[in-house]
Amino acid sequence: MNYNLTEEQSLLLDSLRSFREQELEPYEADVDRSGEVSTELGNRIKSRALEMGFYAPNLPENIGGGGLDYKSLALLERELGKSSYGLHGYLHRPSEILMACVGDQIERYLQPCVSGEKKEVFALTEPGAGSDILSMLTRAERAGDDYVINGSKHFISSPVIPDFAILFAWTGVEQTERGERKRVTAFLVDRDTPGFKIERGPRCAAQRAYHTWQLSFNDCRVHQSQILGEEGQGFELADKWLKMGRIWVAAAACGRMERLIDLATSYAVERKQFGKSIGKFQGTSFKLADMATDLQAADLLVMHAADKADRGEMQSNDAAMAKLFASEAVGRVADSAIQIFGGMGLMEELPIERLWRDSRLDRIWDGTSEIQRHIISRSMLRQYES
Amino acid sequence: MKILVPVKRVIDANVKVRVKSDQSGVELANIKMAMNPFCEIAVEAALRMREAGQADEVIVVSAGVSQCHETLRTGLAMGADRAILIEDDQDLEPLVVAKLLKAVCEREEPGLVLLGKQAIDGDNNQTGQMLSALLGWSNATFASSIEVNDDHFKVTRELDSGLESVTANRPSVITVDLRLNEPRYASLPNIMKAKKKPMDKLTAADLGVDSSPRLQVVKVEEPPARQAGIKVSSAEELVDKLRNEAKVI
Repeated sequence: MNYNLTEEQSLLLDSLRSFREQELEPYEADVDRSGEVSTELGNRIKSRALEMGFYAPNLPENIGGGGLDYKSLALLERELGKSSYGLHGYLHRPSEILMACVGDQIERYLQPCVSGEKKEVFALTEPGAGSDILSMLTRAERAGDDYVINGSKHFISSPVIPDFAILFAWTGVEQTERGERKRVTAFLVDRDTPGFKIERGPRCAAQRAYHTWQLSFNDCRVHQSQILGEEGQGFELADKWLKMGRIWVAAAACGRMERLIDLATSYAVERKQFGKSIGKFQGTSFKLADMATDLQAADLLVMHAADKADRGEMQSNDAAMAKLFASEAVGRVADSAIQIFGGMGLMEELPIERLWRDSRLDRIWDGTSEIQRHIISRSMLRQYES
Repeated sequence: MKILVPVKRVIDANVKVRVKSDQSGVELANIKMAMNPFCEIAVEAALRMREAGQADEVIVVSAGVSQCHETLRTGLAMGADRAILIEDDQDLEPLVVAKLLKAVCEREEPGLVLLGKQAIDGDNNQTGQMLSALLGWSNATFASSIEVNDDHFKVTRELDSGLESVTANRPSVITVDLRLNEPRYASLPNIMKAKKKPMDKLTAADLGVDSSPRLQVVKVEEPPARQAGIKVSSAEELVDKLRNEAKVI
């Protein structure tokens, strides 16, 4: 395994660092406190990202995206992850599911998401269907050439109100070896479709400037041409995106760990108690050693999964292990950083408490730690089950 | 007009520099290296001239170890058209670099050589001046603004005593100061294009220059640690201390 960066990757990283330091970092504390990113600031980040060719970096070059491989994308998420989603969300990474667009869907949905004219949301989670996604209630019932949608979605994250939703709804039931299973279909639903309502979700302790939205569908009628992919293939479509999403969460956690470790290490040298730097006490230095080890292990898991993804060999458990370990590690690292800073670590003056709050979300979104453990152990147990 | 921009590979400005335990130099092993910040400003100035139609080609050149190609690649990713690497493993002194650049200038015949006023490693502040003397070209240093005209450049120089305006006839060697511009960072398409841009490789021998050092480093030491300051309670006390203790006013 060789995870040395290529020349392009080093240049990309340098450039992204400058982008983050100049366009995002100066605003982090303010947007966290207010919970809002002004339209002006959001648009500036977006136009800067478009100008620099960083917008839609995950989509292929032939449709105007950045065409980055998974390892480079992991580096991008790692660097941007040091900042707030509320800000770097304006450097949009459209859902790769949109690559399933066909016919005029390409012009209406895929292209505008690459050029920054439209913004989509990935609408899967429901109040009653989190980890147990098959308990989904949102129903799309066939009515002639149309489907009539009823139900609601929540925790649908996006920095801005979306132009359309990639909505997952069940369209029927099928018999499988393990019993009945809902057929889930993905629909492209425009914001102005009658019967579709979008409202701001509740305020969150983590990633405060990044908003969640509640979507409700009340006899919302869409034409069958709004189906993304094929009827009943929604899960298959979502699966790859969900897997990669786990690596991005893990990579962002690594970025945040690096930032926390840098802050804690310099403070451990600077802060003097009992006549010497607190870093000279093993109570502090051993914490730093554990933090650095956590980061290195998490980085290797992320690069391992991304490298396998680039070679088309990634398995569900590769992404799950990276997500599980990195999200739990950043929790430990953030907690230790606060302990090293003492009371100052909890003060709003420093970014530590914000990074600590933000990190708590990583063990929940894109699949909880429990779900990741389930995915990992399931693939182990299957080998011995008859 | 062709612009030649010499760039230097130095320790990244964010890295804390440490002296080697044998005092023979500074620690370079496993240290992040980057383009000297003043050189970045020079590249940016050259690119802006090209974008304004005042220049048609920007060439970045670097002399030193083979890893200098990374520094050149940064220049290409910023937007330079091509690069020249003069590979040499020796510690190159300003006069040697100036002689190498003179030879490159004779081959390339640029209308302008734009370079940083100094590099943040040795803080020598010599190469630009030496190069202009060797070439017999006009020279303006510490530029905080440069105006391009048909046969000359109008340069504002930043000095301790204020701003000085000078006219430098073409061709010229101009060294740039911190406030000339804010260098861009590379865009993704330019990063991808950088690899395909030409990079010529030369040696000192190719250019007929003897690169061996004339100076010998005897010892490198850390500067003495700064003493902690004191707080004064009034302006009068401050003036008194400045006058009678520090004896600076």
